[in-house]
Amino acid sequence: MATGTHAAHGAHEHHDHTPGFFVRWFLSTNHKDIGTLYMILAACAGLIGGAISVYMRLELMNPGVQLMGWHENPGHHWNSMVTAHGLIMVFFVVMPALIGGFGNWIVPIMIGAPDMAFPRMNNISFWLTVAGFVSLIMSVFIGGGVGTGWTIYVPLSSSAGHPGASMDFAIFSLHLAGAGSILGAANFITTIFNMRAPGMTLHRMPLMVWSILVTAFLLLLALPVLAGAITMLLTDRNFGTSFFNPAGGGDPILFLHLFWFFGHPEVYIMILPAFGIVSQIVSTFSRKPIFGYLGMAYAMVAIGVVGFVVWAHHMFTVGMDVDTRAYFMAATMVIAVPTGVKIFSWIATMWGGSIRFPTPMLWALGLIFLFTVGGVTGVVLSNAGVDIALHNTYYVIAHFHYVLSLGAVFGIFAGFYYWIGKMSGRQYNETFGKIHFWTTFIGVNLAFFPMHFSGLAGMPRHYIDYPDAFHLWNEISSIGALISFASTLWWVFVVFHTLTMGRKVGANYWGEGATTLEWTVPSPPAFHTYDELPKISASAHH
Amino acid sequence: MSAEGQDQAALARRNRRLAGGVFVVVAGMVGMAYAAVPLYDMFCRATGFGGTTQVAASAPGRVLERQVTVRFDASRDGNLPWKFEPLQREVRVKLGEEKLAFYRATNVSQRPIVGTATYNVTPDIAGSWFNKIQCFCFTEQLLMPGESVEMPVTFFVDPDMAKDRKYDGVKTITLSYTFFEAKTERAKELLEKAQKPQKPLTPGVGEVPGGNGPGDKRKGG
Repeated sequence: MATGTHAAHGAHEHHDHTPGFFVRWFLSTNHKDIGTLYMILAACAGLIGGAISVYMRLELMNPGVQLMGWHENPGHHWNSMVTAHGLIMVFFVVMPALIGGFGNWIVPIMIGAPDMAFPRMNNISFWLTVAGFVSLIMSVFIGGGVGTGWTIYVPLSSSAGHPGASMDFAIFSLHLAGAGSILGAANFITTIFNMRAPGMTLHRMPLMVWSILVTAFLLLLALPVLAGAITMLLTDRNFGTSFFNPAGGGDPILFLHLFWFFGHPEVYIMILPAFGIVSQIVSTFSRKPIFGYLGMAYAMVAIGVVGFVVWAHHMFTVGMDVDTRAYFMAATMVIAVPTGVKIFSWIATMWGGSIRFPTPMLWALGLIFLFTVGGVTGVVLSNAGVDIALHNTYYVIAHFHYVLSLGAVFGIFAGFYYWIGKMSGRQYNETFGKIHFWTTFIGVNLAFFPMHFSGLAGMPRHYIDYPDAFHLWNEISSIGALISFASTLWWVFVVFHTLTMGRKVGANYWGEGATTLEWTVPSPPAFHTYDELPKISASAHH
Repeated sequence: MSAEGQDQAALARRNRRLAGGVFVVVAGMVGMAYAAVPLYDMFCRATGFGGTTQVAASAPGRVLERQVTVRFDASRDGNLPWKFEPLQREVRVKLGEEKLAFYRATNVSQRPIVGTATYNVTPDIAGSWFNKIQCFCFTEQLLMPGESVEMPVTFFVDPDMAKDRKYDGVKTITLSYTFFEAKTERAKELLEKAQKPQKPLTPGVGEVPGGNGPGDKRKGG
């Protein structure tokens, strides 16, 4: 990829002037600036969502109701915190960071495009997401809070279960964030299909670009279904329709089907970009092209396709007949195959490579290891019979935090350490980064691994309290959560340290192995990345 | 216009066309979400999914020796001030045999109320074999203050169920109803009629509505 004829442009005299502060950051149409904005949003939302999880873990540290006792209805307050944590982490941390942040920043550069296809639409995508976040925060404070969990199942989310305005704010928040994501997805698809540099064929695109492309398609097909479902819920609540209200002929189970038709692809939306990042990093630090490039790309496509036909494995307990459960169980297990292709291809990439272990590689390896743990518990849960027993226990919490918190979030941090030098022009301190990795690694495993045990012992989720028998594992989980959050605050320090005191770096600070196009432009890239489009030759791609 | 400018314009056109196609897909998926409402309804009726019962005009005439127990369950929405109970706990019925059972509903409030019942059978897989010929659940029911009505349901279990060994384990079928206060157009009409004293008080109990099948948009039959 570095074989392009493109010459790195420094700060040029012609049309590389950056606009003033307000125009640059509030009216931005520049993919790199919008990517930065997305990352700032994700970081802020992540600290809020993380603080909420610390609040919850402190409450669960000991049996009985302590910390949340101030609230007139502590149990509902607990559930509203669960909901806020879930929705913030899904819609305002992982998605903005991976898709809006790294996607915006890196994808156009990787395919040799001067910017996104629709720069102004890119801007509205971001600000819709911000508005959605504000609306979600308002749902916590106005109308008593949403105590439904992120799945907002009816009838709990109907006007019978949640008469206050909170639920409407949450629905509105999902509408806004969803609209922002759909516009973003349209932008990515157009950019990737139409704006690739000469010679950058689809099968030469870096896997990061493939991951964003597949993710964009998932967003495009899944989010409108959520939008439709929550719009029906909204009209049921406020305008007297009966889509999910049996009194008027509706069916609450239909909402579950619609939600999970969106919800299951959504979990792949969160992890696929992290897979893309890991592919870049593993290849770079093994100093080898990725093993089985085409297999890796089409494994993601397969995950995306199969991800749409497994949704009811979230609903094994609603009373499906055994044949239906058998189908959804088998289809779910099939997803382990393309996922296994990815895991083994990463390992095969490292095999025989000249491996280095700087911080981004540690995060990537952490992801591969911990995502596999979460994948294994996922295969356990996919068994309909087992799931009947484990449904809504902490085992499920452990499972999805291993694949998301320890999968997607590790991917975010891996991408951060990999590209921060490119984005800011300054490199992080390696020791500081390693401290961050190891404290987080220990903290999250301490927090989430014991949940397997409390879950297998039968501890249910969505409760503020538990019997004394579960005390030990809960206390360990809480200590782990505190370590993780302290580690996250350390990361905030690392960010400030990097941006103010980091060592200045050149175009390709990772050296041999970093072959994608972003390593041919200066760090940070010029405001307008390419004055002259790079030409990509057939050799040395991905 | 320079060649580069023309390229730019062509690219912008291609981008707009592709994005237009993308938004058509988005609109289509929103449409699919709404279309899921009637489609799910049709799917449940056609397959008996989730224990959705079937509608038949008459019993098939073939009666097998094999018997199942049909149990009756009644519940109501907490907001509906009715008493609702089955008049028999269970009956033994031969496959193919037509049976009549009754429920009783009493309006314990001071106002006329129109109710509508949702229903299914468990185990779910029995839904496609459980046929109703007549049911109070086919249409909305009006009860005047204090009025008590016995509501009939005529049903049979399809003898073809015996042909598939998969259903050998079905020995007990529980028929379950839940009454809600109806908010449909027909409910409003019934209430309006109820305000005029000369009209009959118990319209349509137990009748299969003529024409296009069930008169409301509840699933199944």
